[in-house]
Amino acid sequence: MARQRLALGLALCLLASTSLWVLWGFARDWLLVSYVPFYLPCRDSNMKLQFRREKLFQPVTQFQYPQPKLLEHRPTELLTLTPWLAPIISEGTFDPELLQNMYQPLNLTIGVTVFAVGKYTFFIRPFLESAEEFFMRGYQVHYYLFTHDPAAVPRVLLGPGRFLSILPIQGHSRWEEISMRRMETISKHIAERAHKEVDYLFCLDVDMVFRNPWGPETLGDLVAAIHPGYFAVPRQQFPYERRRVSAAFVADSEGDFYYGGAVFGGRVARVYEFTRGCHMAILADKANGIMAAWQEESHLNRRFIWHKPSTVLSPEYLWDDRKPQPPSLKLIRFSTVEKDTNWLRS
Amino acid sequence: MAELCLGRQRYNSLHLGILLTVFVLVFFGYGFLSHRSQEFGDSEAVSRKTHAQPNVLTPSREDVLVLTPWLAPIIWEGTFNIDILNEQFRLKNTTIGLTVFAIKKYVVFLKLFLETAEQHFMVGHKVIYYVFTDRPAEVPQVPLGAGRKLAVLTVRNYSRWQDVSMHRMEMISHFSERRFLHEVDYLVCADVDMKFQDHVGVEILSALFGTLHPGFYRSSREAFTYERRPKSRAYIPRDEGDFYYMGAFFGGSVVDVHHLTKACHQAMVEDQANGIEAVWHDESHLNKYLLSHKPTKVLSPEYMWDQQLLGWPSVMRKLRYVAVPKNHQAIRNR
Repeated sequence: MARQRLALGLALCLLASTSLWVLWGFARDWLLVSYVPFYLPCRDSNMKLQFRREKLFQPVTQFQYPQPKLLEHRPTELLTLTPWLAPIISEGTFDPELLQNMYQPLNLTIGVTVFAVGKYTFFIRPFLESAEEFFMRGYQVHYYLFTHDPAAVPRVLLGPGRFLSILPIQGHSRWEEISMRRMETISKHIAERAHKEVDYLFCLDVDMVFRNPWGPETLGDLVAAIHPGYFAVPRQQFPYERRRVSAAFVADSEGDFYYGGAVFGGRVARVYEFTRGCHMAILADKANGIMAAWQEESHLNRRFIWHKPSTVLSPEYLWDDRKPQPPSLKLIRFSTVEKDTNWLRS
Repeated sequence: MAELCLGRQRYNSLHLGILLTVFVLVFFGYGFLSHRSQEFGDSEAVSRKTHAQPNVLTPSREDVLVLTPWLAPIIWEGTFNIDILNEQFRLKNTTIGLTVFAIKKYVVFLKLFLETAEQHFMVGHKVIYYVFTDRPAEVPQVPLGAGRKLAVLTVRNYSRWQDVSMHRMEMISHFSERRFLHEVDYLVCADVDMKFQDHVGVEILSALFGTLHPGFYRSSREAFTYERRPKSRAYIPRDEGDFYYMGAFFGGSVVDVHHLTKACHQAMVEDQANGIEAVWHDESHLNKYLLSHKPTKVLSPEYMWDQQLLGWPSVMRKLRYVAVPKNHQAIRNR
């Protein structure tokens, strides 16, 4: 009788402790999340922005170019169209002369945001000089350079129709903070200035250089670039944020491509919505004391699953020179500068 | 559970009670907490339905071109995932207008056209059929699915079939401004002597789309039956041209279709004043327009086929919109 009682008592204890352990496993996640209103009070949250009017295509003036070959056997080795019918831009998929013919008459202004904080001011000169040579030649370009130290910005000669604005921002001790604040800074900048000055906006990392032409083939409503490290890898291995509590959480069964945080852009109105959305998600995570695995890149990837890009750039437009160039990538246009990351971030 | 002894009855019930409560807590908590998901998506977001991962190193079709040199997708089976596209367009509550002309004896084609459209055309989306006819009483009563309407637009006829065909441009242009602009987001302009045989959905929708003529998709540009007389507004020289588009299936956003139809009508009026009629009528003018105003999507011949004339080659994985056999002599000019 005593044994039965003992057995019962033990069984009960076992059950109680198991269930308490299971409950704790979930409660740990649950407790971390406090309710955060999606739209935090923001100065510009009620502002209706008047974006520049969408330019209409003019009739193409005729000039000689070869007829497209409809029954082609593998013109390129890469996928050229996403499942939602967004073009994937790589060498061979487009006729640069034809596109120039279509876009030049529109008299577009392309904006570029680039951040150079701390020791990253070192990259400004090679970035701007290579951009002057290869980025949107023949178009009006406005570089928006955000830096904590305007005095450290070198004087770089710009071509006609190309401008540089130096915008002071706050530095931060943590490089992750600097990286994540870019979303907020870009959206605020669009609201204050860029929406009146440019038609398209690209948000680029500064520690890169242009190596080959980057032209109007990259213009689209919402543009993302495939990360060079993950284009040949199954989605379960993408470095998405995998913790459910985060606003950047992506499940194993989700995801099309892993996009790089170093290149994104599109029409100014779309970039505004996109960066605001990412910024809100970053704030929500902050309120819950969590930082996504790859900072704003994780949030960018989450958002691109929901709001699929209308144009996708192949890794030609975002390359890592440390990787061997595969034969399927014919022309690297924008790639990393060799650097010592630890020193830079100290 | 048997009582072990009178004295311990209390304890057994208590044990049971605790056990029960713990079980309930565990399962309820598990069920509830595992279903919590944080979604910060807003109205434009595509939901979390799973689909296969696209492979960057493998083209979707290896036998055909899927992207034009000006970066417009060419729609073939295998290039798109319809679930993703359906979600994107449903989220925007897209309404599609389908214009079709049934003048004089062509009213006989309406029944099959509409019935097959009900099965295959933009299923799941809001559709308005705009039936242009000179015989409104002969428009058949075809049962329509939910969210789908039919509007009969009474118009005049012309004695020559070439004029009937060409004046479609004028009529679409006129009604686009007056009516379509306020009722639909996209317009699809189709021939009536056809039937839908397989899926034709939102994958075709964009600012401006044309369809490849099934008789010329293998041809080089010199063989295209463009208008070759410089006197006509539809003239295209032998060394120019991307594709030969068919006049029987084109479309786009209402604004862009309005521009196209207005321009084509204008060009046809000028030709008439100059005493010339383009070799393939409105189709010639359509081709001229699409040469200088590049379409933002191009539909493969899957979207415009004649099985009787052309069979079923392997490059066509689906035959979606096909010709209905007809006696040309009997049906025209009556």
